[in-house]
Amino acid sequence: MKFSGLRVLKEGLTGNRGWTPHWRDPEPKAEYDAVIIGGGGHGLATAYYLASNHGMTNIAVLEKGYIGSGNIGRNTTIVRANYFLPGNSEFYSHSLKLWEGLEQDLNYNVMHSRRGLINLFHSDGQRDAFVRRGNAMLNQGDDAVLLDREGVRKYLPYLDFDNLRFPVYGGLLHPRGGSARHDAVAWGYARGADQRGVDLVQNCEVTGIDIERGVVKGVQTTRGAIRARKVAIVTAGRSGQVAAMAGMRLPIESHVLQAFVTEGLKPVIDHVVSFGMGHFYISQSDKGGLVFGGDLDFYASYAQRGNLPMAEHVMEAGMTLMPMIGKAKVLRSWGGIMDMTPDGSPIIDRTDTEGLFIDCGWCYGGFKAVPASGVALAHLMATGQSHEIAAGFRLDRFRTGRGIIDEEGTGSQHNLH
Amino acid sequence: MRLTCPLCGERDRREFYYQGDAVSLNRPSPEAGVDAWDDYVHLRDNPAGETRDMWQHEGGCGAWIVVTRNTVTHEVLGTALAGPAAGARI
Repeated sequence: MKFSGLRVLKEGLTGNRGWTPHWRDPEPKAEYDAVIIGGGGHGLATAYYLASNHGMTNIAVLEKGYIGSGNIGRNTTIVRANYFLPGNSEFYSHSLKLWEGLEQDLNYNVMHSRRGLINLFHSDGQRDAFVRRGNAMLNQGDDAVLLDREGVRKYLPYLDFDNLRFPVYGGLLHPRGGSARHDAVAWGYARGADQRGVDLVQNCEVTGIDIERGVVKGVQTTRGAIRARKVAIVTAGRSGQVAAMAGMRLPIESHVLQAFVTEGLKPVIDHVVSFGMGHFYISQSDKGGLVFGGDLDFYASYAQRGNLPMAEHVMEAGMTLMPMIGKAKVLRSWGGIMDMTPDGSPIIDRTDTEGLFIDCGWCYGGFKAVPASGVALAHLMATGQSHEIAAGFRLDRFRTGRGIIDEEGTGSQHNLH
Repeated sequence: MRLTCPLCGERDRREFYYQGDAVSLNRPSPEAGVDAWDDYVHLRDNPAGETRDMWQHEGGCGAWIVVTRNTVTHEVLGTALAGPAAGARI
């Protein structure tokens, strides 16, 4: 079933009786050419691009819950390409280009909105850093505009510009940055993969990875054994547990990151805005809720909820920057489990086991990476070669010390990002 | 989350700095080799369940504390001073 304006009109006039489920609910087969563990954004995108770019259609995505039940449905939906370091820069730049063609490609409305992203700065030193970052973005071929204080006022008149402690000096505008509807991204990729023959197997938890003499043979699941010559671990916060089934320890600690949403309001915040002097970023969903978040709670956690100190910090930072939001009522808060690497950058690589691949370590930035991560992992699985946009995301970079991608410049140890 | 400092008693989580997994109790020798140091600095068991990690009571007495807690429920199961614990291999 193809979506189109005509179709919407026809269904609207005929009682909406022609819509069909977006994907099948198949029984797992005994054998596939490739199996992807994890039916989140990255896993679904990988399956989609394996099928569409590489013609591999005899593959399955194994999801222990339901499609979209993990971090792809629990994030703050920001899409941007404002990275600085080689390794990250070209990857996220490519991802943003894929976002811009995604809806046509998937024939699915993911509500991608290039509303512009503004990172505020509050000191001379921070301005210098953002000038440098903006130049790096321009050199990469993306867009960046340095706004002075009055320039910011034109876009964001509601900020507390004269805050005594953190006055607004200006901002770096990334016009092509924005947001997308997170669930729709999962559904769009799932539907696209399914249409190309990929089996999306839900309620199917992987309980073991079969390895013989260093070669992967398949997986054990709660719905039976499945043989496969290629297996990819794409399980975000749970990467450690799944990798342990293959005898691996990963350079990853799982942490909780909280997010918040208010009641629906009339349009008031037109961009994605981040505070430069505290952990706070915000945008408004199409439904009207103010969606905002902050930093990690900063302790290892698998609870999909956080504690009060970070909630309090985020609210305080929000009130410092834009006091107008003080009367909005917070409806919900939740936490997602972040797979944190020592240098804050991800991993897309093969492992020491032949045929076993891993895509993890997205820290708190995995959503915008979904398209490019799918393309890169699919390329690696299909051709055996790293995709040029993800060549730096090596698993061994911590052990060797070569090619560390420390975007924040804080070091390459756990709990620094 | 509240943590019990063995010296000061039960305090708010905000008084504590979190260092990470309690691997630092078993620091390898300088000559232990690349793999041992990679294990120590980078690789983690990252358990979903009971774990031991290092916290410092930086907003209080400054003591380093080994906290045993559950990463799924956030339940704190026990705390001990790091000094005596460092001698005993875990």
